[in-house]
Amino acid sequence: MSKHHVSTTINGEPVEFLCETQQTLLDALRDELQLTGSKEGCSSGDCGACSVIVDGRLVCSCLMLAVEAEGRRIETIEGLAQGERLHPVQKHFLEAAALQCGFCTPGLLVAAKALLDRNPSPTETEARYWLAGNLCRCTGYDKVIRAVMDAAAEIRGE
Amino acid sequence: MPMLSYSAPTTIDEAVSVLAGANGTAKVLSGGTDLLVQLRSGRIQPDLIVDIKRIPGIIGIRQDPGGFAIGAATPCILLTEHQGLKAAWPGVVEAAGLIGSIQVKGRATLAGNLCNASPAADSVPALIAARATCVVAGPGGRREVPVEAIATGPGRTSLAKGELVVEFRLPKRPPRSADAYLRLIPRTEMDIAVVGAAVSVTLEAGGTCTEARVVLGAVAPTAILVPEAAAALVGHRLDAETLQRLDAAARRACKPITDKRGTIEYRTQVAGVLARRAAGIAFARAGERR
Amino acid sequence: MATMGTQGQFKVVGTRPVRPDGVEKVTGRAAFGADLSLPGMLVGKVKRSPHAHARIVSIDVEKARALPGVKAVVTAADFPEIASEEAFVGEGPMNFRDLSCNCMARGKVLYEGHAVAAVAATSSAIADAALDLIEVVYEPLPHVIDVEAAMAPGAPLLHDDLITQGVDPAPRTPSNVAKRVHFSLGDVEAGFRAAQVVLERRYTTKPVHQAYIEPHACVASAGADGQCQIWCSSQGQFMVRAYCAKLLGLPISSIRVTPAEIGGGFGGKTLVYLEPLALALSKQSGRPVKMVMTREEVFRATGPTSGAVVEVKIGATRNGKITGAQAVLKYQAGAFPGSPVQPGCMAAFAMYDLDNVSVTGYDVVCNRPKVAAYRAPGAPIASFAVESCLDELARTLGLDPIALREKNAAKDGTRAVYGPIWKDIGYVETLQAAKKHAHYAAPLGPNQGRGVASGFWFNIGGESTAEVHINEDGTAVVVSGNPDIGGSRASMAMMAAEVLGIPVERVRPIVGDTSSIGYSFLTGGSRVTFATGMAVVQAAQEVVGELKRRAALILDVSPEAIEWRDGAAVPSDADPGRFAPLPLAAIALKAGRTGGPISAKASINAQGAGPGFATHLCDVEVDPETGQVKILRYTAIQDVGRAIHPSYVEGQIQGGVAQGIGWALNEEYIYDANGRLENPGFLDYRVPVASDLPMIEAVMVEVPNPRHPFGVRGVGEVPIVPPMAAVANAIHAATGVRLADLPMSPPRVLAAITRATT
Repeated sequence: MSKHHVSTTINGEPVEFLCETQQTLLDALRDELQLTGSKEGCSSGDCGACSVIVDGRLVCSCLMLAVEAEGRRIETIEGLAQGERLHPVQKHFLEAAALQCGFCTPGLLVAAKALLDRNPSPTETEARYWLAGNLCRCTGYDKVIRAVMDAAAEIRGE
Repeated sequence: MPMLSYSAPTTIDEAVSVLAGANGTAKVLSGGTDLLVQLRSGRIQPDLIVDIKRIPGIIGIRQDPGGFAIGAATPCILLTEHQGLKAAWPGVVEAAGLIGSIQVKGRATLAGNLCNASPAADSVPALIAARATCVVAGPGGRREVPVEAIATGPGRTSLAKGELVVEFRLPKRPPRSADAYLRLIPRTEMDIAVVGAAVSVTLEAGGTCTEARVVLGAVAPTAILVPEAAAALVGHRLDAETLQRLDAAARRACKPITDKRGTIEYRTQVAGVLARRAAGIAFARAGERR
Repeated sequence: MATMGTQGQFKVVGTRPVRPDGVEKVTGRAAFGADLSLPGMLVGKVKRSPHAHARIVSIDVEKARALPGVKAVVTAADFPEIASEEAFVGEGPMNFRDLSCNCMARGKVLYEGHAVAAVAATSSAIADAALDLIEVVYEPLPHVIDVEAAMAPGAPLLHDDLITQGVDPAPRTPSNVAKRVHFSLGDVEAGFRAAQVVLERRYTTKPVHQAYIEPHACVASAGADGQCQIWCSSQGQFMVRAYCAKLLGLPISSIRVTPAEIGGGFGGKTLVYLEPLALALSKQSGRPVKMVMTREEVFRATGPTSGAVVEVKIGATRNGKITGAQAVLKYQAGAFPGSPVQPGCMAAFAMYDLDNVSVTGYDVVCNRPKVAAYRAPGAPIASFAVESCLDELARTLGLDPIALREKNAAKDGTRAVYGPIWKDIGYVETLQAAKKHAHYAAPLGPNQGRGVASGFWFNIGGESTAEVHINEDGTAVVVSGNPDIGGSRASMAMMAAEVLGIPVERVRPIVGDTSSIGYSFLTGGSRVTFATGMAVVQAAQEVVGELKRRAALILDVSPEAIEWRDGAAVPSDADPGRFAPLPLAAIALKAGRTGGPISAKASINAQGAGPGFATHLCDVEVDPETGQVKILRYTAIQDVGRAIHPSYVEGQIQGGVAQGIGWALNEEYIYDANGRLENPGFLDYRVPVASDLPMIEAVMVEVPNPRHPFGVRGVGEVPIVPPMAAVANAIHAATGVRLADLPMSPPRVLAAITRATT
């Protein structure tokens, strides 16, 4: 069977890969491109561990076919830091100890970045509802929310 | 191993032709948030996926004197960001805004929510209460039908082979009109509605209801318009007696099942509660408008 | 977050440095079980039973084997048949025969999802197609899931050789009751006669899953010389090695297990599922095999914890002194014996000083996946019952629930029902802190209520090995053998840094594989900071001893003239000013000339793990028309011994509370009439999401454990024990309705409210 040839942009770099129709974007990122930062927790869009940003929108990469990436602009966890410079959400997650096993962390960070790109001053409730699509079983979300609020404050320059 | 083909037409006519001419089963890919889950689990095994998102105009919200036109493949998140739509149809927008997480809303569409035909679909009761219509394109041309004509049962629609929904339309609002949608879920997010209730009303200057539509979700094989509940509202203000009649009418209309999300008793009882509460919000919103 | 009782005498312990593996984790670089790829790697998948209980009449794999791209197919026939043999390699007792049959069904399938065959192929799609080509003929049998139904005479029998242990005389016919356990003190009947109030209540819980976000995953590679490598996320690489060796009949030394980062375990990854299959497939195909479970497989086929029935009877005098306490616990074990009913029995009344107490437990098999450990296994269920009953007792007597507990609290010198006498425990301190906390006095509004509940967990010690190596530039490496689930790596580095007297940034902790570090019992039982920490401290202390000897050589003084302070050799008080401090880095530079590399190893069997106690406060608001429960405020007060890294101790408390709240409100396994799981996914298996919870205040009371160099007590498991009762008691306070059956989901709450008002 012939595969689809996909040309797309990932973390600012032009990228090409081959895929079958039924492969999701998550499959392509992990298996074709070895970008294993996005995680598979459920494959049904219920846990958010596979979160990426497509054309500026937060989505679950397990709910998108790889072939749909054609011509799109995709941002993954691997593109969040600029070289050694961590994004404020990454930095504050570390400082606030907002991760334990770290498996849900990439998805949470991408989701948090998407939140702060859109709303630089979220309330605690707004942050919680925005992140409701990212399951975490280790932290109880307390330090995660604190880290996101602290990162927001830093981005606002406070 | 069945081969799964993929097509991304760039016009509506091309989409119709590909769907109509497909060997075996073809599925429309809009947001994909239901389709991919069903594909992955093996619940559906199509031969062809037709991705409609490359068709110009199929994504977008247009406002004109006649109301609103929403492209079928518009992600729900865009509805929640459209100030004009939120102001005119807060109930429709809040319903669309309840479909899954932010990630899901970044992709999920009204067309997918409708055509997946889950009895619990969140946007459907609100669209029906709003008298929304959808434009269906097919081999026979275009037709415009009320939203409630599409879903015929769990997972089943009235669409013929080769047909697809391309647009939703919301009518212009008379003054002092507003809608609201509430749903009950066990957690605060991320659940399929156990019960959904949409209410749309028009009031006259003194606060008496002159027009109403009440629609319940997740309590029957499809969303149901409840004329008896609307009748309980029309000609009345929202006082305790009216609310009681509304509650009873809503409960009487329920034909729910007991499943892993709720029991018949629970759904019936809560349908009455949500109808009352949604009516309260709709009346309050309508009262604030000119 | 308040900490109490820290003395401030430590430089590193008690601070909050960024964890050493942190940057990897926030950049997506950390490698978890599914992230490894090897050249030539195959994809392995498992064929699973669609029946809850059935005889396997035949399995035909020939068509699957013949499919192009399929390189190996295994069934039970490819594994040695293992005789019944108890092992204590994982968390809780394990029978190797049962483990083998759980990994690959032999003769019978005992739950929907039970593995019957596995394949390895060159792609995922081919592996799936191969599974469809495997023809299994089943003879379905009647099934049983509910614990009391499984105990009833005439229930479908899972194992025809299962004779109840712990009953005298032993039964002559098999049943589904694997074991009966019993603990008692004094004379409970006399205790009830002496009571002025006696409450007798029945509670039920549903099975729940640990629900770690990372599905099980491994890569196995068997070489032609019989040397095997496994890369997997587990709670214990030595456990994986031992289980795989046993299940495949291989010498332990032939298997090398490298721990990947682990995406949550909570006890559910203290045994093996995929690893023996992947190894067998790799041996057959001659290529590495990767196996990753889908979320559905995790729910259908890996061990959740028990559902249970608990009957509690408590008698007390009018002024609140408990004169008699009794509990009968019936726990589901799943397909094979081994529920945590025994620790449940031991923990049920552990917080209380009781003269007359009797606890009986039944371990009952049923057609569900074999139960695996879940955070304080057995105790949350028992405490849901006991702590709810105590709350009702307090209300009946008109006593404050904390006051009732204080009146009966276990203290130093109290004898627990299962034998030991408590020493250096901090339960009373948690009650006092709860009473004084602002939360306890905060006002409540309509439909709101406050609940109190207490909890306990044993915590264990056990075997650990650690090594400390000094590098040529004076930095250090700490190697230990425990997968890091919650930040323990940071604590190892901190404890070593404290002993060595150098900044924690100069200490690198790593988790070694089974061939690179000596044996360590697995990560579980809240043991790592305690036991592995103890080994790290011991090794670091030996290194310090060696550093002093080297300093003596370099400085040409006698070793008695030297002390170690702030990371340097300094003159002992006997002769201050004799020489300038000689820092560790300077000594390290000269290591070769003073005797060679400086390193030490400690292999211990840590004793003296201190038990943990907690008291929780929970405020809820209940919507009386829908039964929805909102958690408004939660305070968890726990005796943590000594918090090495306070942030990670708080994290353990908050995470355990969140799981307990999920268990209380919405999590449950839902079965259909055929014994099939209806909710094997995160859509309908409802764990708490971020918007479901408030901030969780973790109050750390420190009553140091004198048997650990830094006073450490295990902390990870206690926090999940009180929440279910705390929430139930809060719902009662808010509505006047007491729920005795979990989960307290909106339909159940509304039904209870409706019943009470009609």
